[in-house]
Amino acid sequence: MTTLFDWQGVDVRLGGNGQVHALRKVTLRVVAGERVAVIGPNGSGKSTLLRALHGLVRVSSGKAEAPPSIGPHAVRQAMLFQRPFLLRLSALNNIRLGLWLAGHGWRPARERAQEALARVGLTAVAHRNGRALSGGQQQRLALARAWALQPQVWLLDEPTASLDPHAKRDVEQLMATFAQEPGATMVFSSHNLGQVKRLAQRVLYLESGQLLADLPVERFFNESVLEAVSPQALAFIKGEV
Amino acid sequence: MHTFSDSFWTALSLIVSFDPLLWTVVMRSLAVSGTATLIACAIGMLAGAWLGVARFRGRGAVVTLLNTALAVPAVVVGLVVYLLLSRSGPFGFLGWLFSFQAMVLAQTVLVLPIAMALTRQVIEDADRQHGEQLASLGAGTGWRGLLLAWDERYALLTVILAAFGRAIAEVGAVMIVGGNIDGFTRVMTTAIALETSKGDLPMALGLGLVLLTVVLLLNAVVAGIRRWRERADSGTQAAQAGQAVAA
Repeated sequence: MTTLFDWQGVDVRLGGNGQVHALRKVTLRVVAGERVAVIGPNGSGKSTLLRALHGLVRVSSGKAEAPPSIGPHAVRQAMLFQRPFLLRLSALNNIRLGLWLAGHGWRPARERAQEALARVGLTAVAHRNGRALSGGQQQRLALARAWALQPQVWLLDEPTASLDPHAKRDVEQLMATFAQEPGATMVFSSHNLGQVKRLAQRVLYLESGQLLADLPVERFFNESVLEAVSPQALAFIKGEV
Repeated sequence: MHTFSDSFWTALSLIVSFDPLLWTVVMRSLAVSGTATLIACAIGMLAGAWLGVARFRGRGAVVTLLNTALAVPAVVVGLVVYLLLSRSGPFGFLGWLFSFQAMVLAQTVLVLPIAMALTRQVIEDADRQHGEQLASLGAGTGWRGLLLAWDERYALLTVILAAFGRAIAEVGAVMIVGGNIDGFTRVMTTAIALETSKGDLPMALGLGLVLLTVVLLLNAVVAGIRRWRERADSGTQAAQAGQAVAA
């Protein structure tokens, strides 16, 4: 199994003077093909962890090995956010722009963008302003924009948190489909424990920036195992945090 | 009050009768301020968009200086440009002093900080919200600034409006570098000052009315564009909400 991310004692400090200690001595390893869920209370560092994996946030100390983004062994990554940002362009051109920023030509990107729209069931709104789509459609469009880049690593920061149940189900189904594509690795954060059970193979529990539990999903949701590993994580899944 | 009403009616007749003297000055004003706004916005918006997303040592000082430049009096800008363009100045060889180009240059320098500072603010706010997502797509600093400027283009119309408003309403800079030469460098504001000092209040008031009307029309056009975009966006959303309810 190829190791994609190998972190040892990683600290991330945010803010002008690094006054916010967002991640504390985090040690983890993500291998290719895994589906990892990151859970924890608000402000526990889930988003920071995903951003740091994607390189959007600089690691302050510790050893953080990540897959190369350029060169012959480059690993393509895509990140999705809770509220996707789409430009005031058509749905189709929003995807083309993503491809263009990744180095594809504007004209050749059209075909791939159309394919991506079809993949998420948005062909009918291809020429509609992306900003004018519903929340669920916007998130599907963001998924299509990411899928068009053929990522090997998906990093998703609470992608269904601000959606209604119907849209949540659609996006979750797409996540499950994309995660099962050959070679795909997915790390996602969620507050939805049902979703974690359905999608993840492994669960990371963060609290106050510390990684308190890192278990396979069936062991994580086994109360006696979890209590032995992290009583805080058990209290969280029981709704006591 | 009597003088004011008399002047007002005389001014109105000058406007509707397309008095050649009045309209020459008006067209020159629009040409000078329009050109200056165009140049200042082209440079200032690009620089402002970059400054909105770029992070570097000393950025805070640059932003403070830029904001201070907003308060520089027009006469000071006029004086500096005069010194630069005067025969003994570094750009005296251009021979621009007391010309259309000198007035455009002075107004460009005057409104450049407005275009840059306001754009910087708009783009910085947008970058705070969305910059990270653009960066995650691979957009570097330059592209992030340009894409956010494109995305905020309707908000940036207000920047153009503010720049044009400042340019067309100023008198100090064009007076110094243009010299208020009749038929050559006389613009609305310098003509108003001159006609008032001569006691020709109807002409001064007529020019003042045209000045206000131009700014009013421009505001109306920009407000119209923004409302049209908002309606277009919300209309699509409302239609979709309706479809969702129907489904």
